[in-house]
Parts: sequence; structure tokens; C-alpha cells
Amino acid sequence: MNVEHWGLAVAFVVLGPLLGALLAGLDRRLTARMQSRQGPPLLQPIYDVLKLFEKDTVVVTELQTLYLWGFLFFMVISGFILFLGSDLLLSLFALTVSGIFLCLAAYSTNSPYSNIGSSRELLLMMAYEPMLIIVALGFFLVADSFRVSDIVAGSPWQVVQLFGILLGFLFILTIKLRKSPFDLSSSHHGHQELVKGITTDLSGSDLALVEIGHWYENTILLGWLYLFFAPWGVALALPIALVLFFAEVLVDNTHARLKWATTLKATWVVTGLFGVTNLMLLPLIT
Amino acid sequence: MSFLKKSPWILHYAATSCNGCDIELLACLTPLYDVERFGIVNTGNPKHADIFLVTGSVNEESRKVVENLYAQMPDPKAVVAIGACALSGGIFRDAYNVYGGIDQVIPVDVYVPGCAARPESIIDGIVQALAILEERARDRKRQRKVVAS
Ligand code: SF4
Repeated sequence: MNVEHWGLAVAFVVLGPLLGALLAGLDRRLTARMQSRQGPPLLQPIYDVLKLFEKDTVVVTELQTLYLWGFLFFMVISGFILFLGSDLLLSLFALTVSGIFLCLAAYSTNSPYSNIGSSRELLLMMAYEPMLIIVALGFFLVADSFRVSDIVAGSPWQVVQLFGILLGFLFILTIKLRKSPFDLSSSHHGHQELVKGITTDLSGSDLALVEIGHWYENTILLGWLYLFFAPWGVALALPIALVLFFAEVLVDNTHARLKWATTLKATWVVTGLFGVTNLMLLPLIT
Repeated sequence: MSFLKKSPWILHYAATSCNGCDIELLACLTPLYDVERFGIVNTGNPKHADIFLVTGSVNEESRKVVENLYAQMPDPKAVVAIGACALSGGIFRDAYNVYGGIDQVIPVDVYVPGCAARPESIIDGIVQALAILEERARDRKRQRKVVAS
């Protein structure tokens, strides 16, 4: 663990949300262009959050704010570990804990919309969590270590060896980014059957915390995606990761929302088909 | 400067309207008018909304909903009444069951006339509401300071 790694990790804490916000802004612009609209300014997500801090915060229970800080805290921890080049598995667990905190915040408000939202969020976690573990396992089998710094320095063939796992990861990335067809728990788009699902009862600075958390999450997920191509060097890996990241926008705009049962089945089928098969074949191709 | 001006989120409710104005309002979101250019998002959730857009002449049933939605919106907030019905009751004014205007029920800041109101004038109404919203944000900030000290 050298100075460079620490620098990267601290840079994540400071600049991570900015990068995440830019990704979100670009996402909204791309979406608008796909619908032949002009779309909002690139910095719109930042304006939104600054505005939320100007609004009153309607608090249902004091607990919700505490849980939201927990959500943000573990999100930052997860990214910090990832960018420090430390244990990938630990980063994954922190990410999960952070997700649970968001569900708790929504549950604590006792509104039926938030409750259904967080139930669906938990369900989605059940759907994508196995695949995330498989990603970490796949990296372990290829690089012989859970350490991110070892994976980055791994063999250039790792993306070929992990191709099935990459496909599976791209599939669950759609869930993680709350994109259609999997935006069951809360949607970016105004109208859905759940009002706003998990964030229905969060307002003002509380909602701003959720947004900032999502910016961090964007950066973390881009980081995970980057890991697959990392041995090729930044100049090649980053553009590829970005293109794949924004391919999700296309998926978002061309699909309708699925029901929860279909989502769960589809995700597990994909996990089994691509993830587990790839994992079993790995000993033959390494 | 207040960021409310750059990111007004709207809540739309049809209080017994004929849906004519609602269709015009939703037309503002379409590629032709694209209000998201100005950061305007249709939220559908009162707790996230900054501007409340109401159409229709309001009867007893919708009055409760209008009041409830208004109460749930966090300050600072503004209300825009859209269409002749929302202004005065319009062609339903003499009907026995309507209140005849949103301002009979909640305080209204901007009135957008027309039957149905045109998308251009609806957007103009929202822009006028932004100035009011900014002023309220300033007042609210002052109030918070007073409370804190
Ligand atoms: S003003 Fe005209 S178009 Fe609008 S709701 Fe009333 S009757 Fe319908």
C-alpha cells in the first residue's frame, strides 16, 4: 500500500461524487437525446442536490436521517477500500451494508409506498448479490488474490477468461443503476406505480444524501467495470468501461419495467448461465 | 442565487378538470417543448415537489386531495392554477358541485388562463412562479436563521 493508492482513495472521497454527478448528468442528457429532446444541462444533478439543501426537510422519524448517514458512510467506505487497492470482497460487503441502510431508512418512515419500495429493493439485492459474489470469486481465481491492486496488475487475458462473468455483471449493473427493466424499487422517471418507491418519504437534505450516495455508487460501479479491463492500462480500459456504462442508458430507454418475479428469475438464470458456468470453466482455461 | 430556479420539480394534480388542460400540461414534457431543458421534472411526489400545478374547478372530493398535497409539500413552495376552470370555475362555474377556482381552497401564486391553456403559457406560468419561489427561499433562509439564534 503506497502513497499512490492512498492518493487515489482520498481522491475518490473528494472527487468521486463529482464524477458520479457528471455520469448522472450525461446519462440524463443521453436519455433526452434518445427521445429527441435537448435535455437538461450537464450539471443538472448538482443543481438538484444544491436545491434540495435549500428546501425544508420533512422528517417522519429522526431515525431516517441516521440510517441515511449510515448509507452514505458505508458507500464511501466501500469505494475507499476499492480505490485503495484493498480487498474486493470487503468493498462488496460494505456496498451491501450500505444498501441495507437505505432500505432501513425507507422502512422507518412507515409509509406504504416506501415499504413496498424497500421490500422490492431487498428483493433486487437477493437477485444481484450472488452475481456480485461470483464477480469477486472470478477475479480471485484469475488473479489469485482478492486484492484490487493485484487484480489491476493481473493478466491481460483476464477479461477473456471472465467473459461470461462480465456479461452477468453487465446484467446486474442495470439493477444496481436502477435502470429499466429493473427499476422496481425506485425509478429516475417521474411516474411509476410506487410514486417514488424507496425515496417517497425522504425530502430536502435527506433526499440530497441519497443522491450524493448514488453519485458515489456510480463511481464505484464504474470502478468495478473498469477492473475487468484494468490490466490493459487506463487509456484503453477507461473508454471501454465508459462505453459499457452508458450502454445501460440505451437499455433503460428501450425496455419496459418487469415484474419482480420475472426479474428475480431472469437474474438468477443469467447468474447461473454466465456466472456459474464461467466459474466452473475457469480451471480449464487458466 | 437560489438553486430553486435551476431545478424546479413540479407536482401535477387534476382537480376535477376535463383533462384538456392536463394534456396540454403533459405536452410540455414532450420533445416539442421539453421543459427538462430548464431542469423541470414532473415528480408525482408531493414531498419532492417545489411547484404545485393544479387544473380543474375543484369539487368536494378533490378539495381534500388538493389540501392534502399542498400540506405535504415542504417549504419553499408555489402554486400555479392552470386553465379557466382552475381560475374561476370556467364553464362549470354555475354547477352546484364545484368550488369554482383553486384559490377557494389553497393560496394560488400564478394564474394561467386559457381553455385549454396553451403549453407556452403554462411554461410561462412556471417561469413566473420561479421568481416567487426564489423570494420565498430567501425569506425561508432568514426564518431559519431567526429560529436558530
Ligand atoms: S379550462 Fe377548459 S380545457 Fe382546461 S380543464 Fe377547464 S374545461 Fe378543460
